[in-house]
Amino acid sequence: MSAVIRPYGDTTGDGMVQLSFTLPVTHDKRAEGAALQLAKKMGLDPALLVHAKPMGSDFTFFVVYGSVHHLVNLDEVVVVEREYPILSAKEANAAIRKHLHRRLVVVGACIGTDAHTVGIDAILNIKGFAGEKGLEYYSEIKVVNLGAQVLVPDLVAQARAEKADAVLISQVVTQKDAHIHNTMQMSAAFREAYPAGQVPILVAGGPRFEEGSEAKLGIDRIFGRGTTPSEVASYLVHEMSVRKGKKQP
Amino acid sequence: MTSPARLDLDPELVRTARRLARHAAAPVVSIARRHTTVSVERATLRLAGLSGADHERVPWVNHLVTAVRDQVGLEHGVTTPVYDALLRGDADDLTTLAQKASSGNVSFRLPTGREEQAARRAAARGVGVGLKRIDSARRTRERLVSRLGDPRQKPWIYLIVATGDIYEDIPQAQAAAREGADVIAVIRSTGQSLLDYVPEGATREGFAGTYATQENFRLMRAALDEVSKELGRYVRLTNYASGLCMPEIAALAGMERLDMMLNDSMYGILFRDINPIRTFVDQRFSRQIHARAGIIINTGEDNYLTTADAVEAAHTVTVSQLLNERFAKEAGLEDWQLGLGHAFEINPDLPDSFRLELAHAMLARQLFPEAPLKWMPPTKHMTGDVFRGYLLDGFFNLVGAMTGQGILLVGMMTEAVVTPFLSDRDLALQNVRYVMNAASGLTEDFHPPRDGFIQTRARQVLGEAVELLERIVHDSDPSGDPPLLAAIADGTFGLMKRPADAGKGLEGVVKRAPGYDNPAITALDAGVPAPKVTAPKGGK
Repeated sequence: MSAVIRPYGDTTGDGMVQLSFTLPVTHDKRAEGAALQLAKKMGLDPALLVHAKPMGSDFTFFVVYGSVHHLVNLDEVVVVEREYPILSAKEANAAIRKHLHRRLVVVGACIGTDAHTVGIDAILNIKGFAGEKGLEYYSEIKVVNLGAQVLVPDLVAQARAEKADAVLISQVVTQKDAHIHNTMQMSAAFREAYPAGQVPILVAGGPRFEEGSEAKLGIDRIFGRGTTPSEVASYLVHEMSVRKGKKQP
Repeated sequence: MTSPARLDLDPELVRTARRLARHAAAPVVSIARRHTTVSVERATLRLAGLSGADHERVPWVNHLVTAVRDQVGLEHGVTTPVYDALLRGDADDLTTLAQKASSGNVSFRLPTGREEQAARRAAARGVGVGLKRIDSARRTRERLVSRLGDPRQKPWIYLIVATGDIYEDIPQAQAAAREGADVIAVIRSTGQSLLDYVPEGATREGFAGTYATQENFRLMRAALDEVSKELGRYVRLTNYASGLCMPEIAALAGMERLDMMLNDSMYGILFRDINPIRTFVDQRFSRQIHARAGIIINTGEDNYLTTADAVEAAHTVTVSQLLNERFAKEAGLEDWQLGLGHAFEINPDLPDSFRLELAHAMLARQLFPEAPLKWMPPTKHMTGDVFRGYLLDGFFNLVGAMTGQGILLVGMMTEAVVTPFLSDRDLALQNVRYVMNAASGLTEDFHPPRDGFIQTRARQVLGEAVELLERIVHDSDPSGDPPLLAAIADGTFGLMKRPADAGKGLEGVVKRAPGYDNPAITALDAGVPAPKVTAPKGGK
C-alpha cells in the first residue's frame, strides 16, 4: 500500500475537504470572491462556495468544498507510542500488590485558578469516564481527590501527609499559558520538598498540554483529551514497577 | 400558547416532597439567622455607599471590616461601631474612615445606651440609601420593560459572553442581543468565586471570563440599555452571586440593575468546597437582596448532572430544586424569580435518552408551574464532533420547546472545543429559532399516556427524590449538626463530603451576639415592597 494519501470525499484520491469560516466583511459578491481567494490560498482548487450567509452587517459566514492538492506521506508521520500495556483493574491491583505490598496512594487536584474538575473527576471518581470506572474503584489504589483551586503548597503538604506515590494535577480551562506556569510551579515545589529520587510520580492532565513536553514541565507524564482511567492506572503501575527496579507486570 | 402536557403525579407525594424540603431547610435557616460573615458585613457597608479600593486594589470595605473585627469583633455587626466612630467625628464619611482605619488611626468601640441608639439610627439611614437605590433600579427595570416589552417568545434566549475584557464583552453582548439574545450572561473570571473581595473598576484581564465588579456591571447594563432601545425589547443582564462574596455581589447587582443572578443554595459547598455555614449565611442575605431587587435567580442543578450520571442522578436535581425553592421562598423570593436549573446531559448513546430527557424536563415543569425554569444545554457529551453536537443541541431545543421552559441557555456545537466563534453563535441561534418555529406548537398535541414510558419515569424520579429527602431529614452526625449539614458532610450529594467545620471561608463566619444589629437585614427581614411580575411564567 502506498504511503501517500489524499483526503477522501467519495472517490479515492479526490482530495475533497470541507471548510467553514467567517470573514469580517459585508455579504456581497466581493465577499464571496474573498472567500474563494482564501480557499485557493489554502490549497483548495477547484474551490466550491456552497453557502454564504450574512451575520449582521459586518460579517459573512461561508462553507466551502474543494479538492486540496496536498499529499500526505504516512511515512513522515511521527507519533508517540505508549510504552506500557493497558491493564484491567484486576491486573493493575495484582501488580500493585506484587510490587508494592501495600496500596498505591494517588493524590489529585485542579491547581491554580482552574475550577474545572471534570478532568480529574473523570479519572479519579468511581464514576469514571467512557465506560471505565475511575481509580477510586481500584481496590489497591487509595485516592485522595483535593478538588478544585488547590494551592501548590497545600498540594505538596497533602501529598507528604498521605505519603503519595503519585500526584495527578488537572488543568482544563487555561489562558495565557497558565497551565504551563502552574505545572512548572508544582513540579518545582515537589522537587524542593522531597529528597532527590523520592519525588512522587508527577502526572499532568488536560487538553492544552503539548505531547512530549514533560521534561520542560519537570513532570513524568502528560495525558491529553480523551484519556481514560485505565490508561492512567496502567501508566502508574508501569512507572511504579520501573522505579522499584523490577520487571514490568 | 397552550399549556405543556400534564403528568399524572400523586399530589400527596408532591406535598410530601415540599414538606421534607421545608424540614431540611428550617434548622439551616435558623443557623443562618444566628451568624454573620465578613461578606455580609462588607455588603452592608457597600449598601451604605462605601466603595473604592486602596492603591493595592484592596477594597475599603475589606479594610474597614477587618479593622472593626480586630478591635471589637463582628458579633454585634459592623455598622454600629462604624457609625459610632463617624458620630464621634473620627471622619466625615465612610471612605475617609476606612482609610484612617486601614492605617490604624481609628479606635472603634461598642457604644451603649443613647450612643448605641444614635449609631444604629445613623447606620439605618446610611444603609437605607443603598436599599433605596435597589428599589429605584427595580422601578427603572419595570418601567423599561413596560415601555420596551419582554421577549416575544418563550423560552427567553440566554447567551454567554466571556472574553475577560469588559470593553470586548460590550460589543459582543450588543451583537448577541441583535442576533436574538434576550438575556446576556457575562461569565466571571475563573477563580473569582474564591476571592474574598470584590475587585474594583473596569477590568480587561480575566481568565476564561470577566471579573464581576460594580463598574463592569454598570458599563454592561448601560450598553444593554442602549441596544434594548434600538431593538424595542428589554435585554436582560446576568452575573454570578456565588462564591465567597455572594452578598456583596448581590448588593452591587441590585444597585446596578442586573436582572438575573446565578445563585445556588449548595453549589459553593459541593463544587467549590466553601464552608457550608458561610454559604448558607451568605446565601440568605444575597437572596433577600435579590428578592428586593426583583432579580431572577438561576440555580445550578446542571452541575449535579455533569459530575454524576444524568439518569442515576436525575432525582438529585429534583431534590436540589426543592431545596433551592425552599431557601428562596424563605428569603422572600417569589415563584417568578425562581429560575430553577436542569440540564440535557443524558448520554445520547443510551436507548430512549430523549424520552428520559423529556420525562425529567416535564417533571420539573410540573413541580414548579409558576417558576421560569432554566434549561441548560448538553456539555458532558459534547465530544468535539461539532456536527453531532449540533444535532444534540437541536434535540435539547426540542425538549425546551415541548415542555415550556422559561429560560433557555443556547447550546454551542463547539462546547468543550473552543470559545464559541461568531458563526457558532449564529448557527446556534438558527437552531433555536428553527426548533421553536417548527415545534413549539407540539405542546398542544403531545400528551404522553398515563402509564407510558415518560409518565412512569417522571413518577419514578419523584419517588426517588422523596426517598433521598427522607434520608436527608433523618441524617445525623456526632456533633449534632442539622440533618442537611450532616448529609452534606457524609457525601449524600455526589461523592463530595463537606463537613460543616471545614471548607474555604470558614474563618469569615461569626456567631451573632444578642445585641447584633444589621440595618440591612432588619429592613430585608421586614419584606419586599410591592413587587410586580415581569418574568416569563411557565405553563401559561
